[in-house]
Amino acid sequence: MSSAEIAAIPENEGFKIRWGDCAPFIALALIILLGALINSNFMSTNNILNVITRSAFIAIIGVGATFVIATGGLDLSIGSMMAFVVGIMIMAMNALAPSLGAWAIPVGALVALVVGSLCGLLNGLIITVGRIEPFIVTLGTMGIFRALITYMTDGGSLSIDRSLRSAYRPVYFGDFLGIPYPVIITLVIASLGAFILYRTKYGRRVTAVGSNSDVARFSGVHVGRVRTMAFVIQGFCVAVAAICYVPRLGAATPTTGQLWELQVITAVVIGGTLLRGGKAHIWGTVAGALILEVIANVMVLSDMVSEYLVAAVQGTIIIIAMLAHRFTGPR
Amino acid sequence: MISRLLETSGAENAPTPPVLHAEALSKAYGPITVLSDVTLDIRTGEVHAIIGENGAGKSTLMKLLSGHAAPTGGTMAMAGERIAFADAVQAEDAGIVLVHQEILLAPDLTVAQNLFLGRELSRFFSVDDRKMNRRSAEVLERVGSTARPLSRVGDLPLAQRQLVQIARALLDDRKVIILDEPTAMLANDEVDALLDIVRNLRAQGVAVLYISHRLEEVETLADRVTVLRDGKMIGTWPATELDQRQMAELMVGRELSMLYPPKRGLSAADPVLTVNDLSVDHGKTMGSFTVRPGEVLGIGGMIGAGRTELIEGLMGLRPAQADSIILNGKNVTQPDVGTMMSAGLVYLTEDRKGKGLLLNEGLGPNLTLQALNNLNPNVRLDRRKETSTVRRAVQDYDIRVRTLSVEAGQLSGGNQQKLLLAKVMLADPSVVIIDEPTRGIDIGNKSQIYSFIDDLVRAGKACVVISSELPELVGLSDRVLVMRGGRFVAELTGEDITEQNIVYAAASSGNDTEGRKRA
Repeated sequence: MSSAEIAAIPENEGFKIRWGDCAPFIALALIILLGALINSNFMSTNNILNVITRSAFIAIIGVGATFVIATGGLDLSIGSMMAFVVGIMIMAMNALAPSLGAWAIPVGALVALVVGSLCGLLNGLIITVGRIEPFIVTLGTMGIFRALITYMTDGGSLSIDRSLRSAYRPVYFGDFLGIPYPVIITLVIASLGAFILYRTKYGRRVTAVGSNSDVARFSGVHVGRVRTMAFVIQGFCVAVAAICYVPRLGAATPTTGQLWELQVITAVVIGGTLLRGGKAHIWGTVAGALILEVIANVMVLSDMVSEYLVAAVQGTIIIIAMLAHRFTGPR
Repeated sequence: MISRLLETSGAENAPTPPVLHAEALSKAYGPITVLSDVTLDIRTGEVHAIIGENGAGKSTLMKLLSGHAAPTGGTMAMAGERIAFADAVQAEDAGIVLVHQEILLAPDLTVAQNLFLGRELSRFFSVDDRKMNRRSAEVLERVGSTARPLSRVGDLPLAQRQLVQIARALLDDRKVIILDEPTAMLANDEVDALLDIVRNLRAQGVAVLYISHRLEEVETLADRVTVLRDGKMIGTWPATELDQRQMAELMVGRELSMLYPPKRGLSAADPVLTVNDLSVDHGKTMGSFTVRPGEVLGIGGMIGAGRTELIEGLMGLRPAQADSIILNGKNVTQPDVGTMMSAGLVYLTEDRKGKGLLLNEGLGPNLTLQALNNLNPNVRLDRRKETSTVRRAVQDYDIRVRTLSVEAGQLSGGNQQKLLLAKVMLADPSVVIIDEPTRGIDIGNKSQIYSFIDDLVRAGKACVVISSELPELVGLSDRVLVMRGGRFVAELTGEDITEQNIVYAAASSGNDTEGRKRA
């Protein structure tokens, strides 16, 4: 071929909508439409903001989970890890409160970020150095973190010091220009995640490791490091979620974050990330988290279906999403 | 010459009725026609070869005949009766079976379990393992496999897995067996064994449809030869009327220029790579060798001789130790792909799809994966640079694509190989090791890859070629090292580089265990 012909090769086949990539957003729009039809209160600003704010935890942790799942891993420990980090953070803040006053909050948050990242590092290192399946390892650490928080709370609850409550409260309940802080934090974390995943060398390697780890290894990619780093990112995101979570209830209990891992994995998968790795959609994950929360909200607002069936509907959604993916995807 | 050949193609009168007859068979995917108007007779007791370049439509034809895909035009008939298959199972019930080129076996099951997978024999309510093992042993013997029914398939070498796959096709009585590149994975002695099996089948009255890139096999084996080019049928000839050169010309549609570039002769330059006592997989494979700028060093040997293992050890892809590895004057103590690449050595794997390319990713991510740090000094990806790099690679390596967003898995084998070559060359290495540079790719692309190799060697780089194709090894190499049983056993130069000498060194004088003891 001549160089003129090469230059004429288009970068892609014109503008083509990839339905598979849009699916989570279309589904979200449909569910919102349904909600608006069922109950007029659904579209009230208050309700909408409330729903979005509540979905922040799953969305933030989901950004980290997207990295782990994109490398072909899986982290079942995130719910317990979240509870553990919440516990450590409250203990740190309470211990620092007498000497530092309100400054105990940022320092405690920093402690949480470090502890969360270290928890992720622990998961990652056991998996890559020990060469054990992520499922098994995180099943183990899930139990460990859950036991630790139960031990730390002595089976009851671990509350944040009264003196810190009012200062810390706005992190969940406050807003900036009408947008609640958790929503802003979610946007920041997701944008950061999208940047890392799509625009950096590390992100490129994440996808490569997930789609074929042998190819990555033969191309000189340090597969173990990439995988471990994904777990560290996951731990960091868990800590960010923990920081937003504490002012909401002000305490850690043995059931904090229970079964969140399943909600997070559901959000990631509904969002279009392949569970076997190699294809990741950060914003799809955010949409997935919203879908789960909106469904729950719509069911609470409507009288037709009992809200005890929320989990059943969410379960149905994930199966439908996968079926849709199967029949609309390539081949 | 081609026109003369075309004239004879119509003149054939079949004495035996065709067991399978295809009339004007066509296949289109949407607006793209991949196969049009193929009319074909397959008779009992004949080996009918289908040849053509990659993308000529061979695989599509095989899929149509074996029920893996439905034709969009034309008809098929078995023994005079019209048939149409809804799926491969129906075709198998009718007696037509396709043996895939890729190994499609469950690695964690035993050979017998794989052979009977999906059609297990049962006695009362449990599987009848004893009977299945016995029948497995019989059919394995029939195909000349040394594998035992209870061996785990994942533990078998590739060649044995291929035989197991053929054995699976032979478990039931078949009228037509379609073999898709059955020898692509095999070393020469194994190829001979396989050809005997095919002859045996023919003697038993089975019709064999045989697809291969190796024209010498077609010449020695086939009774008739059908040539496809660009999705169209060129014609069918009795094999006795065609020699290899004529087949190649019919496939390509033009007279072939010299396939191999002229040799460069022995290089006198100082070695760019010196490997002393490299021991891979805890001594299973060992070797010392040097590579000089301006030479093509061939590494020959049977499959399983340890060629790939030695090089993977050198690249740090397997557990390995060496007394010393000196690359461009630097002593590499802890080899891994990254440090080797920055020191000037790259390796292009033989397993294009499994270890070379991300099949679901586009050209850019594949091309730049290895040299990501060279191309992007910062953390951030430079997308514009990536696009221009892809464009340059497409041009320099003549990768034929319609758009730059095409996925690597959609490229033909030849284009995939060129993409891989472009990928490893991005790091601007001084030594390139290519494992099976032309496995499973057609003649046009082959000759291009040979000229790429020639170009880079003439530019003062060095190339190491591992190949199981003897003509290739002989045609390309300035120097050949032969391995047997995990050790180097011979070095050939100049006039001594002949197929006979390589085979003799690779296979003769005692068995593997003796070779191992000696070294």
